Amino acid sequence: MSAIENVKLNRRGFLKISTAAAGGLLVGFYMPGKGELAAQSANTIKNLNAFVHIGTDDLVTFIIHKPENGQGTTTSLSQLLAEELEVDWKKIRWEYAPINPVYGAGLQGTVGSQAIRSTYTPLRQAGAAAREMLIQAAAQQWGIDKAQCRAENSTVINTVTNAKLSYGSLADAASKLPAPAANTIQLKPATAFKVVGKPTKRLDTPEKITGKAEFALDVVRPGMLYAVVARCPVTGGSVDSFDPTAARAVPGVKHVVQIPEGIAIVADNTWAAMEGRKALVVQWNEGENASLNTASIREILSKAIATPGNVAKRQGEGEAALATAAKQVEAVYEAPYLAHAPMEPFTCVADVKGDSCEVWVGSQLPSVANGNAIQASGLPANKINLHTLYMGGGFGSRGGGAYVTETVGISKALGVPIKVTYTREDDLSTDRFRPASYMRFKAGLDSSGKLTAWTARVSCSSFAGLQNGLDREGVAGISDILYNIPNIQVEYREPGIKIPTNYWRSVGHSQNTFFTESFIDELAIAAGKDPVEFRRELLADQPRLLGALNLAAEKAGWGKPLPAGRAMGVAAVNCFGSFNAQIAEVSIVQGKVRVHRVVSAVDCGQAINPAGVEQQMQSAIVYGLSAALRGNITFEKGRVQQTNFHQYEPLRIDEMPVIETYIVPSTNNPGGMGEVGTPAIAPAVGNAIFKATGKRVRRMPFSLETFV
Amino acid sequence: MAAFNFTVNGQRQSVDVPPQMPLLWVLRDTLGLTGTKFGCGMGLCGACTVHIDGQGVRSCSTQMSNVAGKTVTTIEGLSPTGTHTVQQAWLEVDVPQCGYCQPGQIMSAAALLGKTPNPTDAEIDSAMRGNICRCGTYQSIRAAIHRAAQGGRR
Repeated sequence: MSAIENVKLNRRGFLKISTAAAGGLLVGFYMPGKGELAAQSANTIKNLNAFVHIGTDDLVTFIIHKPENGQGTTTSLSQLLAEELEVDWKKIRWEYAPINPVYGAGLQGTVGSQAIRSTYTPLRQAGAAAREMLIQAAAQQWGIDKAQCRAENSTVINTVTNAKLSYGSLADAASKLPAPAANTIQLKPATAFKVVGKPTKRLDTPEKITGKAEFALDVVRPGMLYAVVARCPVTGGSVDSFDPTAARAVPGVKHVVQIPEGIAIVADNTWAAMEGRKALVVQWNEGENASLNTASIREILSKAIATPGNVAKRQGEGEAALATAAKQVEAVYEAPYLAHAPMEPFTCVADVKGDSCEVWVGSQLPSVANGNAIQASGLPANKINLHTLYMGGGFGSRGGGAYVTETVGISKALGVPIKVTYTREDDLSTDRFRPASYMRFKAGLDSSGKLTAWTARVSCSSFAGLQNGLDREGVAGISDILYNIPNIQVEYREPGIKIPTNYWRSVGHSQNTFFTESFIDELAIAAGKDPVEFRRELLADQPRLLGALNLAAEKAGWGKPLPAGRAMGVAAVNCFGSFNAQIAEVSIVQGKVRVHRVVSAVDCGQAINPAGVEQQMQSAIVYGLSAALRGNITFEKGRVQQTNFHQYEPLRIDEMPVIETYIVPSTNNPGGMGEVGTPAIAPAVGNAIFKATGKRVRRMPFSLETFV
Repeated sequence: MAAFNFTVNGQRQSVDVPPQMPLLWVLRDTLGLTGTKFGCGMGLCGACTVHIDGQGVRSCSTQMSNVAGKTVTTIEGLSPTGTHTVQQAWLEVDVPQCGYCQPGQIMSAAALLGKTPNPTDAEIDSAMRGNICRCGTYQSIRAAIHRAAQGGRR
């Protein structure tokens, strides 16, 4: 997810204008180093990395290269394109981009809360280039200087005569003009924005309220068969032997075939395939995880943090500074494995013929899905036609991995279109999980209660692959903590557990912020200071996070009397380029945690769609709160013990707090919004629980504790 | 296999399927009505909610043998034009994010308002707690149900 965070995606290329096959004006934006693509035929519209098409019918089609995962990219990216284009919003259509390296430096998709951050400048440039060419075309037609023309609401206006020409009538002429160079395009200042920064209704809502929005689960192809796959219940295991007789005897079952990932049961409907799988007789080689269970995992992690690890950060005197502290505080924190559990279980449709492979899939990373289709089909890239569809959630899981490989493999083996559907049980048992984590803190306060030394030792399986013995995500939010602390030492230990891991909404921050922000609260208490005041002192030179904290405290009424039994907790975080502070108001009802209200203040730089910011904040908080209250994946004999939503139960509507979102006004470049709201909710609630009960919660989920 | 006659979205249908086959898969795979979603297969998440004789039910856990002779309404049939009061309210509040659970949410909300035209927050919670949304649109869902209720009063 954050793998591309450090790649500067908005490098300026040059704009390429061409006549689209369908007529009209097509504006593309090329990244540098891809000169070979610029040389492609201008008429091969499918292969052009275009962002804007203006039709002679006046309709404007935005080509969106960031898949819609629920986070609102179709709308917010359209706003960026529309801002400079001066287009009538009612004339906008959008479609997904084809797979092309120029859309993501080889990693085309939506990860790392990057959709807006990586497109803020280039998409406005693309819109501006198209506008300039339309103005130029109009000026030529009128025989006047383009300085005497301006664009507004999908028309070019002659400022001398007030004559108007529609974009549609100018599109063909504009397409024959040379492109303006990217560096000659002046972008509007934020103060002149008409579309960006305005609450905007989502473009995808109409089809999502009628059942028409198409997910991979909904794709039907002529002659298509439906498959489920029996996979080893122990992660990393494989098929030893199987007897297909009973499965084949189930009405509707057509084929039982072995694939590298397990045994595919293929039927004329999904339910028959599921029934066939129930009847399948199969012996598994359970592999090296066969004896793994949660108790042994916890023991491995707790041992790992007992001895020094690889140093991820050392500042000042590091750990040595603890010795001179007036007061030392120590604590161990713990977080469990978590599944992603998007509402749409993994689904894919593939149709592999002799020399072609068509794939329909929802994927956060269509380029990865495409790569897996190439590999599983054995066909060259130009024989793959991948259709990007809506995703029924992803949260880091829907990368286009095994579910694509399996589907393509089965279709290739049988020569018919295949839809593979994961059941919820498949989803939970085969997910690649947010890793469990242990963290040991030791910190020092001086005699005035000032935080002088901060040491943290973490152990969790790597999210992102080790570099120099360190996992970037394992220490995310700890090594780069914004608090002003003179002496810091952060260590990481890879525990060597063989359970596959993956990015999970907000990644390393999803657990590390619970640890750090709960421990900071412990330190505030130890220093005898108010938790908000303690943080303010540590953030004196961090105006953006301090600004979010102050706004949240003001809006929540921090420090004011609350109804009996209620208490507030605070947490703050900087991640994905944004700054968020949350204050949760909780009570304990019959021993259970009840979250009544969450006040969240976010500085996300320039908000593109404030309504979308509010949606993402609510979404991220609910996702984090589900995990905080009861999210827990456990293992017994290598098997995931949670099979469905009764054992891995997300927050339901009757537990929903009132969430108030406040945006710090800003014209800084946009920060990410998809993930920033997830990390702070667990510590905000945990800190409120402490305030309400005097009990410090150091382990997630909170359902493992008893409260009175 | 057995033949079952029932009515879906105002049209008579006859399907030849095993009696225990869930209505969900008959709708999706046999009849091609894919607006109704699969989320859990155990009646835990509500993504598959449809109406049978006006009552909200989980189609993933309803066997075809129990549907014979009955009248089923799916998201496709809630309003031929997508302008049911609940859908209008969903549009005005801009509820969906990923959108996958929303057909089930809308069908549950429509069933609730059919029985309780002006529900309280507590009644909404009670009626809607069977529908999970992983995108966390619950606050918007509450607002949209209230809005639909007010629209219904006009």
